[in-house]
Amino acid sequence: MKAAVIVFPGSNCDRDVAVALQASMGAKPDMVWHRDTHLPDVDLIVVPGGFSYGDYLRCGAMAAHSPIMREVKARADQGARVLGICNGFQIITEAGLLPGVLMRNSGLKFICRDVHLRVENDRTDFCRYYRSGDVVRFPIAHAEGNYFVDAKTYREMEDNGQVAFRYCGADGNVAPEFNPNGSLGNVAGVYNAKKNVLGLMPHPERLAEDLLGGSDGKLMFDSLVEALS
Amino acid sequence: MESHNHPSFIEPYQGAATGVGGILRDVFTMGARPIANMNALRFGDPGNPKTRHLVAGVVAGIGGYGNCVGVPTVGGETNFHKSYNGNILVNAMTVGLADKNNIFYSAAAGVGNPVVYFGSKTGRDGIHGATMASAEFDEKSEEKRPTVQVGDPFTEKLLIEACLELMATDVIVAIQDMGAAGLTSSSFEMASKGGLGVELDLDSVPMREQGMSAYEIMLSESQERMLMILKPGKEDVARAIMDKWELDFAVIGTLTDTGRMVLKRHGEIVANLPIDPLAQASPEYDRPWTAPAKLPVIAADTVEAVDPASALKTLLGCPDLASKRWIYEQYDHMVMGDTVQRPGGDAAVVRIHGTQKAVAITTDCTPRYCQADPHEGGRQAVAEAYRNISATGAVPLAVTDNLNFGNPEKHEIMGQIVEAIKGMGEACRELDFPVVSGNVSLYNETQGTAIQPTPAIGAVGLLDDVSKHMTVAFKAGGNHIVLLGETKGWLGASLYLREVCGREEGAPPPVALHRERRKGELVRQLIQDGQITACHDVSDGGLLVAVAEMAMASGIGASLEAPSSLPLHAWCFGEDQGRYVLEVGQDDLVAVLEAAQEHDCVARVIGKTGGTDIGVGGSSVAVTELKAVNEAWMPTFMGAEMSGH
Repeated sequence: MKAAVIVFPGSNCDRDVAVALQASMGAKPDMVWHRDTHLPDVDLIVVPGGFSYGDYLRCGAMAAHSPIMREVKARADQGARVLGICNGFQIITEAGLLPGVLMRNSGLKFICRDVHLRVENDRTDFCRYYRSGDVVRFPIAHAEGNYFVDAKTYREMEDNGQVAFRYCGADGNVAPEFNPNGSLGNVAGVYNAKKNVLGLMPHPERLAEDLLGGSDGKLMFDSLVEALS
Repeated sequence: MESHNHPSFIEPYQGAATGVGGILRDVFTMGARPIANMNALRFGDPGNPKTRHLVAGVVAGIGGYGNCVGVPTVGGETNFHKSYNGNILVNAMTVGLADKNNIFYSAAAGVGNPVVYFGSKTGRDGIHGATMASAEFDEKSEEKRPTVQVGDPFTEKLLIEACLELMATDVIVAIQDMGAAGLTSSSFEMASKGGLGVELDLDSVPMREQGMSAYEIMLSESQERMLMILKPGKEDVARAIMDKWELDFAVIGTLTDTGRMVLKRHGEIVANLPIDPLAQASPEYDRPWTAPAKLPVIAADTVEAVDPASALKTLLGCPDLASKRWIYEQYDHMVMGDTVQRPGGDAAVVRIHGTQKAVAITTDCTPRYCQADPHEGGRQAVAEAYRNISATGAVPLAVTDNLNFGNPEKHEIMGQIVEAIKGMGEACRELDFPVVSGNVSLYNETQGTAIQPTPAIGAVGLLDDVSKHMTVAFKAGGNHIVLLGETKGWLGASLYLREVCGREEGAPPPVALHRERRKGELVRQLIQDGQITACHDVSDGGLLVAVAEMAMASGIGASLEAPSSLPLHAWCFGEDQGRYVLEVGQDDLVAVLEAAQEHDCVARVIGKTGGTDIGVGGSSVAVTELKAVNEAWMPTFMGAEMSGH
């Protein structure tokens, strides 16, 4: 598998995800500057977390118009896998790769803590090492992760297996008390219709090593390596 | 470590945010990549009407800045006391990682070399910020809001990356950030350290607004700005990097051999001053002082005895000991992917990227001890930092400090400063724990009332093998609980006395520095040899609080056997110094006790882990109940703010 990580001014999880990718794929991903207009020949494009353009105007709004994003969209259309994490989710949603929007957390505060997620669809390249219904633990660290989409689109997404993860309790129970940000249906991550694009607020790269407290996230990168090698 | 006390009281969000920004710049200016932020916060009485607003603003400001910059905020400490009602303390610490062969300094050199400005543009914000921060507050202090700077963490992130990229190119002679008093202090200090003069053309300074006078340009405290001296002819190298990161860049002057600062605006010389008298050669104060009176030692049997379980609940739910989860969950403490021990333990542990090494980091100070006896309090602050580092298994390396005091023109306040520094110095020498940097914040007084003396310590230790780091959580039931260090039941100036009995009095517990070092070495050896499974230093609230914290971190209870030689409440809640609680498996107990004897340290088995309760002397309470009390205070307190708006 070959991978690229896009770096915007204000990206700050670019190195973290590169470390996690390298651990799973055995090689360093290409780091691509946002002003570049060409992407190397890769199977996976990661749009990392951080505060691109300081979250000014609206999270992800400016980065979605960076020169490289035209190329990212073109590659996504051709079937390349695209993974947007946290701010990366906001960016690719702003860029129109995924339906919906990410609003301010219902509690109005930045939240950094581990959350439990229920895997909703294991039949994708991102999740083949999970089973649907599995409970995994990833950290969140965001102030704008409150996912919303209109009711009709949401129904279509559910029918089409586009909900990737939902916030839940340690036993997999999806209930309002486990929703950290007010997200519609406890949604933590979503796919596009073709399932080659995944956006999620939690950070799989932050719990991809036991020394840091857990390695549930590593399975996502291992899945991608397995699928794309 | 750096204070932003006065600005944070006037405008908590921006005051705290720019405090974080300032200390980050101090660190990356030297060529170090920041790897962790910490903070030490002091707020007024929770019942004071301003306290919630200040807590909410300061925490949001620290998070807003640190989260965006992408440096994890891995820990800190927060106290509440009425002496801070009019003067909160916001002390921010940054730990950076530098190559010891590639450290950058600020002494200007090379007559004719270009003086270069880069970073954000200069505006009219923050003018007179430095002088505001160095005066007592009065009823008109709210009017000083325009002197508080406004932070832009996005630009700071770009500045970090641009600086580190530039520093890899070998074009910089000297570099300094523009902190308090902006271009004035940075240019004067750099020139004075190099024994040179400077000529600045202020028309070249990138400006945010029109019509700024030379005075405003020189005193602006706009944030995220740097000043550097480049090697001749290297302007284009530097300019290209700043262009990439979309930062302003301008050559604004040259170095001269005159020893004078010459400022030009609109083609005219508007100032021509000698440099040294304003910087390196400025006069130094030697203020008169009086030593504070020693307070009486309070005998344990004169202190009311309260049922241990009930007192423990009171203590774990009091503002100083309550869980600070509400605070640290607003900080990104995991970004950069190396946070091994998150907030909540004795010290944060952060791996050195790409290695098996890690640093342990802590901030410590017990202001009520410093108020009662600044000398002993100064010793204790350093010793506690030493213990917190040792309890993770790390070897204590060095200390920085943030000395927060009242008005030094008052003899008794100056006495606190003198005595606290003496005490800290003694501890640092005895523990081989050098003070390598620091910051001073004076005039923390409002209408004549001073804060408790607060010489906050920030400390760093090194773990050679991060996999051996130790945590506070009990690991299993049926293990022995060993108390290292002597217990005499010292209740003077204790949290028990203040929170349970409502008394703030008495001399604080003394620190026996010569024994402190031996115990630290022993603890580190036991961790290294894998002979203990949990370790926690005993501090605020005493032994029972330490055991309860180990239980709450794991959900595993403990039953303790108190000796009959002491009153039970004194044994449970006395704050005798130099103690650690260890969890030891059956197979290692003999070896641990023998090692203690070899190190000439008192160690005794005080109980066993297991069950779901904490029990001592016939009194017991469920760990879940303690955890509920401990977790409830802060969200309940802050929740009242939300409903009040």
